Amino acid sequence: MIETQFTPDAAGAIPGPDWLARRRVAAAEQLAASPMPSVEEEVWRYTPIGQLDLSRYQLAHDGGGTSKASVPEHSAMAETSNGRLGGVEVSAEVAAQGVEVRPLGEGDAELAASVDVDRFALMNAAFSFEPLLVRVPPGVSVEGPIVVRHWLDADGGAVFPRLIVDAGADSSVEVLELYGSADVSAFISPVIEIRVAAAARVGYLAVQDLGPKVWHIGSQVSHIGAQAHLRSSSAALGGEYARTRLDTHLSGRGATGDLISLYFGDGEQTLDFRTFQDHAAPDTTSTLLFKGAVDDSSRSVYTGLIRVRPDARGTNAYQTNRNIKLSEDAWAESVPNLEIENNEVHCSHASAVGPINSDQLFYLESRGVPTETAERLIVAGFFDEVLDQFPVLDAVPAVRDRLQSKIEGLGHRGVDGETGS
Amino acid sequence: MGEQQGGPARSELVVEDLHVQVGGQMVLNGVDLRVASGEVHAVMGPNGSGKSTLAYAIMGRPGYEVTAGSITLVDDDSSSVDLVALSPWERAHAGLFSTQQYPTEVPGVGLENMLEEAVAAIGGDRSAVEAQVAAEAELVDFDPDLLYRSLNVDLSGGEMKRSEAVQLGVLRPRIAILDELDSGLDVDALAAVSRRIEQATHEDNLGVLAITHFSRLLTVLHADVVHILIDGVIQETGGPELAAQLEETGYDPWIDTRAESPVEIHLGGDPWP
Repeated sequence: MIETQFTPDAAGAIPGPDWLARRRVAAAEQLAASPMPSVEEEVWRYTPIGQLDLSRYQLAHDGGGTSKASVPEHSAMAETSNGRLGGVEVSAEVAAQGVEVRPLGEGDAELAASVDVDRFALMNAAFSFEPLLVRVPPGVSVEGPIVVRHWLDADGGAVFPRLIVDAGADSSVEVLELYGSADVSAFISPVIEIRVAAAARVGYLAVQDLGPKVWHIGSQVSHIGAQAHLRSSSAALGGEYARTRLDTHLSGRGATGDLISLYFGDGEQTLDFRTFQDHAAPDTTSTLLFKGAVDDSSRSVYTGLIRVRPDARGTNAYQTNRNIKLSEDAWAESVPNLEIENNEVHCSHASAVGPINSDQLFYLESRGVPTETAERLIVAGFFDEVLDQFPVLDAVPAVRDRLQSKIEGLGHRGVDGETGS
Repeated sequence: MGEQQGGPARSELVVEDLHVQVGGQMVLNGVDLRVASGEVHAVMGPNGSGKSTLAYAIMGRPGYEVTAGSITLVDDDSSSVDLVALSPWERAHAGLFSTQQYPTEVPGVGLENMLEEAVAAIGGDRSAVEAQVAAEAELVDFDPDLLYRSLNVDLSGGEMKRSEAVQLGVLRPRIAILDELDSGLDVDALAAVSRRIEQATHEDNLGVLAITHFSRLLTVLHADVVHILIDGVIQETGGPELAAQLEETGYDPWIDTRAESPVEIHLGGDPWP
């Protein structure tokens, strides 16, 4: 199936540097030749991808309103609206350090070499208007997060934000990305590339709080160099179908990647996560902690793969996914996987799907905390472990509040199939 | 969490002919007990005698099904509350409190947080909780730094029981059921916690039902009444001397009594003499 509006011509018509225009057209041509994914493929299993009708969406060209999402104190900030880059402000101090926050330009052709992990990443390569670059020179430590705030209010719009974080050797930076929308029916397919050069430290937090009729299919690809550290985290709260694919490549010796996420589904939401911890170098460490709750008739999918390549001796890799099922009609799937091609490794994975712990509930109730209050305390407490590990500390209170408001929506429900006597 | 105006209320926990089933098995087969305000009762018995089941059934833990008998809280004005009909939190509001042998870890939920919700649920002043917790922590020598940890997470046995004593001090229940208070506890912690509980029996008229395997507990928490529970039935009730006797003989005398009882003879046509 070819969507008539997402053509090589349409891609070629987007303004920008020549190298980027050529890449857009090439991506669009490749796109035209690639079929829509289906649930027959393992990476799309359990998803509603068959219901996606791209002909319902038009490539958004014009910016709309701006997000009202609260933003912590920051060193730089960029805003997008309906996929178009609006204002970019960079503090004088950070600019003086040589930090760049700007759309890709003529001289950035070397950044074209990215991997498009699926058909939607390819769409992003073809139709992203102003890919944004955050570049931190070697040795520079950026004080205060760099914020990218996205807003979507074009009904029927399709948008393709792209962010490239390029952290030079021995630099350090935190990046916060906020996604919000009006109550529109829209399609957003973001791509984030994170390059962490040797001994650099990057913290990344995405807060996805899109409206209930928005489809979000995103991917993040990161490369972590020798002795470098990436802490990549997300809070997935909104969207009708919201999917994030994370490909984390531990490419340099001694690289570390921490992947920390929470998600909370309610209503009819489907929240979907595919993670890939790729250990390609010796003495690399990755830890993954994803915790989610599903309420009402929402669904969540977590599938993750740890791959240890033959050269990656001394790998430590951990993967934990825990889910609380808050209603009879909610559904969570958790599928961890290991693929190990070296014997000198420490790997583990754990996954769980279950209702609120009845022992914890009894403990709180036996102190006089009413059932529904106790459930809220336990669910909020369940996510504490994740929130405590998020980077961009100043952004965490807002995430906690938003999560709490979703938790407040809890009604009464059975626990472990039993009720009080 | 009894009403505290006009001096401590007097009440009595009355357990009559209590039969409790757990997972399809009868565990309690007719327990009778009365614990009045200010009294300390010990229920002693070997493993598997039904001690913890008694504690959980009184508190209303899901899965502990009362098949016959009653659990009632009777006030001195003769009004009574049928506890079996209440959920655990309603029982707590009626004035019950229980400690568990191995208190459940509740990640991400703090002591003060929980107590504030418990106090607010009965219309109490949530803002007073912080100071009360601090005062109670000092009484049992509970490290203030630990107040900010998640409930029972990364606490030693002694710290957990000190934490429960803090909770008891803030909630001021009428009746406390203490399940194996002395298990996993160092001597200092046991002394501190026992002292706080005895203080509550004097000052707040707290009634205590202490469940224990060993008489060690009773050297620090002084029982007025001792009950021996075996096979889900109270076999004997007496004063503190009963615990002393138990120390000498173990549970064998009571277990032997049961073996010789007529209950064992209904084996029908077995040709045994």
